[in-house]
Amino acid sequence: MSHLSVRRLWQSYGDKVVLERINLEIESRSFVSIAGASGCGKSTFLRLVLGQERPTRGTILLDGDPLPPEPGPDRGVVFQRYSVFPHLTVLGNVILGLEIERSPLLGRLFGAARRRAIDEARHYLEAVGLDGDRERYPDALSGGMQQRLSIAQTLIKKPRVLLLDEPFGALDPGTRASIHALVLRPWSEHPMTVLMVTHDLTEAFKLGTRVLVFDKTRHDEQEPERYGATVTYDLTLNRSPSTPPPPAELQAEQASTRSGPRCPPADAPRTLGGAHGEPAHPARRRPTDASTAVEPRAVRDQFVGAGPAPARRCAGHVRRRPRRAGAPRPTSTHGPRRPPWNRGRYGTNS
Amino acid sequence: MTSYRFRWINRRPAGRGSLLALLPFVAIVVAYALGSHARLARNPEDKLMPAAATMAQSFATLAFERDARSGDYLFWEDSRASLVRMGAGLGIATGVGLVVGVAIGMLPYLRALLASLVAAFSMIPALAILPILFIVFGVGEVAKVVLIVVGVVPFIIRDLSQRVGELPEEQWIKAQTLGASSWQVALRMVLPQILPRLIDALRLSLGPAWLFLISAEAISATSGLGYRIFLVRRYLSMDVILPYVLWITLLAFAFDSGLKWLRRAAFPWAREEARR
Repeated sequence: MSHLSVRRLWQSYGDKVVLERINLEIESRSFVSIAGASGCGKSTFLRLVLGQERPTRGTILLDGDPLPPEPGPDRGVVFQRYSVFPHLTVLGNVILGLEIERSPLLGRLFGAARRRAIDEARHYLEAVGLDGDRERYPDALSGGMQQRLSIAQTLIKKPRVLLLDEPFGALDPGTRASIHALVLRPWSEHPMTVLMVTHDLTEAFKLGTRVLVFDKTRHDEQEPERYGATVTYDLTLNRSPSTPPPPAELQAEQASTRSGPRCPPADAPRTLGGAHGEPAHPARRRPTDASTAVEPRAVRDQFVGAGPAPARRCAGHVRRRPRRAGAPRPTSTHGPRRPPWNRGRYGTNS
Repeated sequence: MTSYRFRWINRRPAGRGSLLALLPFVAIVVAYALGSHARLARNPEDKLMPAAATMAQSFATLAFERDARSGDYLFWEDSRASLVRMGAGLGIATGVGLVVGVAIGMLPYLRALLASLVAAFSMIPALAILPILFIVFGVGEVAKVVLIVVGVVPFIIRDLSQRVGELPEEQWIKAQTLGASSWQVALRMVLPQILPRLIDALRLSLGPAWLFLISAEAISATSGLGYRIFLVRRYLSMDVILPYVLWITLLAFAFDSGLKWLRRAAFPWAREEARR
């Protein structure tokens, strides 16, 4: 199992508070997408879970035990860049985890042990579609292939928690889509919890079973670094047919989530967002209300898609209603507001 | 139709330009031959610019005739002595530099302890402590080898520890998430990626190393390429000095090319610095 509990987590660097009051219970086998604006602390949060940094205050528990304060094999990671070792071939990169585990002194396997490791590695390489490239060096691979390699390299260790730090940020959209499918598959085969940091909300919803948004809720004009970001938006999506249904109490809690949007049916298509083009990106909008980084409505629009929701207000969809025949021509006082530049000319006297 | 005029920064020699590279060498040889011919025509006893034939003859005497006093082929004996010192010096420097450089680069405690010391040591002009080395180690082989080591090691240590520090943070984390211990990180991640850098550092050290070797031999030795050059200087024997200098240059060039080849052959994944 791999249940993560985050208790009263704060992280600050000197006077600069980055994260504050983070409390989370993350169920085993969930796929948590973490979104938010640049600099909102989502990568800091990932580094804390990874053990790359130690929290200023608070604890993170994995199945009830505090996380070791340094990175270890229980938590795998895929970074945006520099994720594979350039001096090892594709195969070498994948068997490295096994060699390290089985040969403490040399970190290298020979003979039959090596052949066994290679067989295991090839299983993963086939899964990510790189078996044919196993003798090549990462330098000769495209960015998408390198990320696939990194995923295989990480999964062979069967980590309890998989951390993805904007893993697809540097990839073009087509490559991204093919890797999304890949990320969804192994996740449902091994019992592990996935945390993915992304700034692409479409991606967050497409992949995640739960979406977290980090943002600041308190602002101090004089001292912008006085307050840190916290979880401002937490949406559980109960729609993955490959995951066991969450416990009843969680569902109950879900129903009363303050953030509002209801969960769509379990058979909701996975390709949401991509199906009807890219809607206006809610995360890019500056939130007017500090309590929610992302307008629930905008998120719902994006998620539920082009359904009957009347609230779609994308610029391209706004259409002036045709005037009914026989209706009186609107006057300046009752009709639609004139644009400001000709309000004065006719609006007062006629 | 007027032909297009490229900027000079965009004009490139056809082919690989190897003929162009040969040109300055040919020019120097021709200039020397003309100068030598002119001087010898005025004074056949001139020793400053000996003719090629004279140089060849002197060289043959040293290389293919036994010396009356020692019974050695002097040229080969000189080469052997110098190469042994050079090999020992560079070998020890490489080993010490690699181990200490990687350790300092990897371990924060060691870095805090030693980095300043190495930085201070690398500022000492090695030749200035040559007298100390002669006093401490005597005038035998040891002092010459130690001079090379002392002169080259601080540079290698600093260069390698810096290169280790330049490995991306992501790699360090990744290796740990794969379960690697510090020792395994050193063995499987740092060392293989540092070896090509070591070769680069070694190539850069070749110039100083020869400088130290020849200086040490010039001051106190009974054989060696540097010793011979400084010995025959008393007789203005340019016919010996010039072939020796050529030979030393050739050896240095061979070392450099060999290391370059080794880097390419052994580390195909490591890109060299981008060239225009």
